[in-house]
Amino acid sequence: MSAFARKLQAVAQTRKTTTVSTGASLPVIAALVGIAVFLLVGSLSSSIFAQQTVAGLAQGAVFGSLALALVLIYRATEVINFAQGEMAMAMTYVGYQLTIWGLSYWLAFALTLVIAFVFGVAVQLIVIRPVQHRSVIAVVIVTVGLFILTDGVVAWIWGADLKFMAAPFGNQVYHVGSVAFARQDLGVLLVSILSVILLWLLFQFTKIGLAMRAAALRPAAASLVGIRVNWMLAIGWGLASVLGAVAGLMTEPTQFLQPTMMQAILIYAFAAAVLGGLESPAGAVIGGLLLGVFLNLTGQYVGFVTSELRLPAAFVVLLVVLVVKPNGLLGRKQVRRV
Amino acid sequence: MRALLQMRLLVIAATVAVIVVLPSMLDGYHQGLAARVAIYFIAILGLNILTGYTGQISIGHGAFMAIGGYTTAILSHDHHMSLLLTLPIALVISFGVGLLVGLPALRLSGVYLALATFAFAVSVPQFALKFSKFTGGSNGLQADESYSHLKLYVVSWACAGISFVLAFLLLRGRIGRAFRATRDSPVAAASSGVSLPVYKTFAFGVSAAYAGVAGSLFVIATNGFAQPQEFGVTLSLQLLIGAAVAGLGSLWGVLAGAAFIGLLPTVSASAPLIGSAHGQDVVFGLIVILIMLLLPNGVVGVLARLARMRQARD
Repeated sequence: MSAFARKLQAVAQTRKTTTVSTGASLPVIAALVGIAVFLLVGSLSSSIFAQQTVAGLAQGAVFGSLALALVLIYRATEVINFAQGEMAMAMTYVGYQLTIWGLSYWLAFALTLVIAFVFGVAVQLIVIRPVQHRSVIAVVIVTVGLFILTDGVVAWIWGADLKFMAAPFGNQVYHVGSVAFARQDLGVLLVSILSVILLWLLFQFTKIGLAMRAAALRPAAASLVGIRVNWMLAIGWGLASVLGAVAGLMTEPTQFLQPTMMQAILIYAFAAAVLGGLESPAGAVIGGLLLGVFLNLTGQYVGFVTSELRLPAAFVVLLVVLVVKPNGLLGRKQVRRV
Repeated sequence: MRALLQMRLLVIAATVAVIVVLPSMLDGYHQGLAARVAIYFIAILGLNILTGYTGQISIGHGAFMAIGGYTTAILSHDHHMSLLLTLPIALVISFGVGLLVGLPALRLSGVYLALATFAFAVSVPQFALKFSKFTGGSNGLQADESYSHLKLYVVSWACAGISFVLAFLLLRGRIGRAFRATRDSPVAAASSGVSLPVYKTFAFGVSAAYAGVAGSLFVIATNGFAQPQEFGVTLSLQLLIGAAVAGLGSLWGVLAGAAFIGLLPTVSASAPLIGSAHGQDVVFGLIVILIMLLLPNGVVGVLARLARMRQARD
């Protein structure tokens, strides 16, 4: 390891000394293991339970991707991007347009991610950076403005009616015993998890990932060792936008394209991010998966929770977590000096 | 100081005069539009008490408007109550709900509160869909009385005037000081004997009561028709934007904020190039971002800067 990288590592780790506890505590791990066992046993004993669990995991993976996008930005600047879902929606339309122009699905997918990265960086540079150091309210309102603007631009260009895109995974169904798995669910799960893993590798094993972590955790110290903190923040927005684009493209097969397609998913992503701990990337993914499965299973087995109550159910999850365990499952406990 | 007071009284007198004279110069449609500005005025006033004075963000005020609006619609539809009588009931009910929401909000601040209230705003219309026996579901609910444009205008602006005076009285005294202290330094406020939980929850209740009344009027303004879609997330976002345009922590810009969200869609719709609904969103979003970038403190900030410039010249 070069001297520079060691310095970065040191900067990235200094924050740990100021937090009381880090990462997952024992009861949380025990609870997660318990839930996993419960889901496994349930899936083995009932085929409907198994199908709902897998479908829930697929949806949860999408929530998790978008939640991770929120967490990336929150960790770096303590800002919640309310436009994250709408940016993802806009990028999905870009992907749609590319397939209309004759590109194959996966080529369009890859190109969309590149465009999404540039878009995210541009948004940060143009509208976020000037308000970054002002109050939480100012930044929230700018992202709200971005929400409305993106919505309007997309509806202006493509219209507000439903659009259909070539299905990436087809409609096959696999049968394992008496359980039917939709190929699409498995594909969505696979792509989402893969993108999360790639991102994790980027953050853990590349110099730029290290620099980004340092810039997020200790901006002042990071800039002293020569990291261009502002650029790292912009790249963070770019990566968040890429994750959002993945979430959008993976939502499309089940919801089709329309300007409102990501609005409900944004709420689920909020709930997932808070459930996992707003500071914790791993928590966002786990929170997303848990929430997806939870919503699907309650929808299946609790008669009262009809489709209208899916969003309020997510709200209840969010509220309970915020009141009972505000740092989420994997978040660090924050200590603030008065 | 006396000059400032005189100027304020002058501004208020001029504004009141314009509001009184205005309906005789407008046709019915524009009277309705002006009444909407009054309704947004009340709601933004309430939001400003919460966000501007006690520093608690809410992106959920559309939900309180929904509660007030459905109170009016249900009372009128099921119990044939006069619309005017439903207003105080809507006020009391939304005050109560505001207190209830304010309790968990005590543990939250900053973005966490923004997230929770946003999710609240999304959830409430869903409840209206779920309990369609009471609310009519997605078909909505029709009150059995409807106002003429002029009557709507008079009632809305009368309520707006009362709301403003009450807010002014509330905020200039002991309670207002406690609110501001809570916002600026919770620790200092608590150590001077201001009970944070009491004042924060109370602010939520008052703020929600304002939004509830606005919601009632909102339903009356749509010909007595309450529908879940009318109270969607967009409404909550618009209110927050209106409050930001007005300038948080001051009552003097609220009229500008209300006119901004009430009139901009109509104004931009009549412009030739952007005439569609989507074009309006583009203009709206763009102007919001520009205002936040260029005028950090909203209209009030501009006024304050002008006043300072004048002082410097004198």
